[in-house]
Amino acid sequence: MIDIGSIKSRPEIFTTTSRLSRSDHWDHVMARIGVRRNDHRIEPGLYALGNPNPDSPVFVTANYTLSFDALRSALGGMDGYILVLDTKGINVWCAAGKGTFGTNEIVLRVMITRLGEVVHHRKLILPQLGAPGVAAHEVKKRTGFWVEYGPVRASDLPEYLQTHKATVKMRQVQFTLRDRLVLVPVDLIRLLLPMLVVAGILYFVGGFMLSLAVVATVMAGTALFPVFLPWLPTPNFSTKGFLLGGLVALPFALSAFLMHPGQALWLQAGKAFGLLLAIPAVTAFIALNFTGSSTFTSRSGVRREMYRYIPAMAWTFGTGIILTGIFAFIH
Amino acid sequence: MIDAYQENTLIYNPKLCNGCAMCVAVCPHAVFEMDDRLAQLVRPEACMECGACQVNCVTNAIAVESGVGCASAMIRAALTGKKDVSCDCA
Repeated sequence: MIDIGSIKSRPEIFTTTSRLSRSDHWDHVMARIGVRRNDHRIEPGLYALGNPNPDSPVFVTANYTLSFDALRSALGGMDGYILVLDTKGINVWCAAGKGTFGTNEIVLRVMITRLGEVVHHRKLILPQLGAPGVAAHEVKKRTGFWVEYGPVRASDLPEYLQTHKATVKMRQVQFTLRDRLVLVPVDLIRLLLPMLVVAGILYFVGGFMLSLAVVATVMAGTALFPVFLPWLPTPNFSTKGFLLGGLVALPFALSAFLMHPGQALWLQAGKAFGLLLAIPAVTAFIALNFTGSSTFTSRSGVRREMYRYIPAMAWTFGTGIILTGIFAFIH
Repeated sequence: MIDAYQENTLIYNPKLCNGCAMCVAVCPHAVFEMDDRLAQLVRPEACMECGACQVNCVTNAIAVESGVGCASAMIRAALTGKKDVSCDCA
């Protein structure tokens, strides 16, 4: 806890610009592929953008570089203040869910920066997605500052600021193909090493096709699933994952027949069946985990989906692996 | 096929609404709309239980069991035995 009374002088007001440098863009690439995930931070505090005066607007954001940079680059040509909260390097929406982008942190940061002495007005413009952590009426009560919720996306700010009224579209989160695609690298890189290890082991145990199946399964779950999410025709993430995994498993199951046409039918069928069980289970599990990245799944819904489908994933995966193992051994 | 997301924990009591329209402003899925005076629950099935409306409702007209709809966080919570493990998103 910081003792506000002990802070005698107003801390420094940092300066920033709306232009993103090369190193900013490099930092964004690193953040998007999950390199040093906790290091994409900026110093919390008050920042001056352009040449603000005491009547200039105050925008609030998180101390995650992608959040801060989205805000300042959207405010090109404007003068204002940016109040950066200490969200531990986490984006606005996730931090609001955890409460670090929250009422207490705003109150604390307003006091530490002595914002009331810097500006004449009493208004903070917050990103709408900060709202799960912030009780606007309580901020007003404790600091005297009104909270105004701006649009979801910083890029809508210039239009929003003309009227201070958000359209219905500005108020809604999206999950566009582009939004989904930028999430692929982080998950892919996280699963890359385990995928290569398993694929390597299976190459020696079961051959090239089996190790290729491992790579295809992980790629389907991490890359194809986010791309095809809206078009997979079932309501839940797990079932969408089973469906996609089934499609991926088909060619591998077929190859079990075609590769060794001379083998007994029951041997071929057993191998094919093992793959048809094991592959969709893994894809479904990766798909289920994508709920956390999506912008619309409720906690009670995810819980319901987990209770319903995780046992099915475990059973089909277990049975599939045992079958594949047995038939690889016989072979 | 069952849709796990058909139901959620959102409860709205219009009798307590004071018409401030805060819920309309903070909801990322346009679950609420204003009629002349009061907020109306127009798309309850789109609620993702983020809790923004409840937190910003002065009159406590809205209740929702808010939390992050993230399977990996809940799996980790189940495995470690902790009640509330948050996600590792950045």
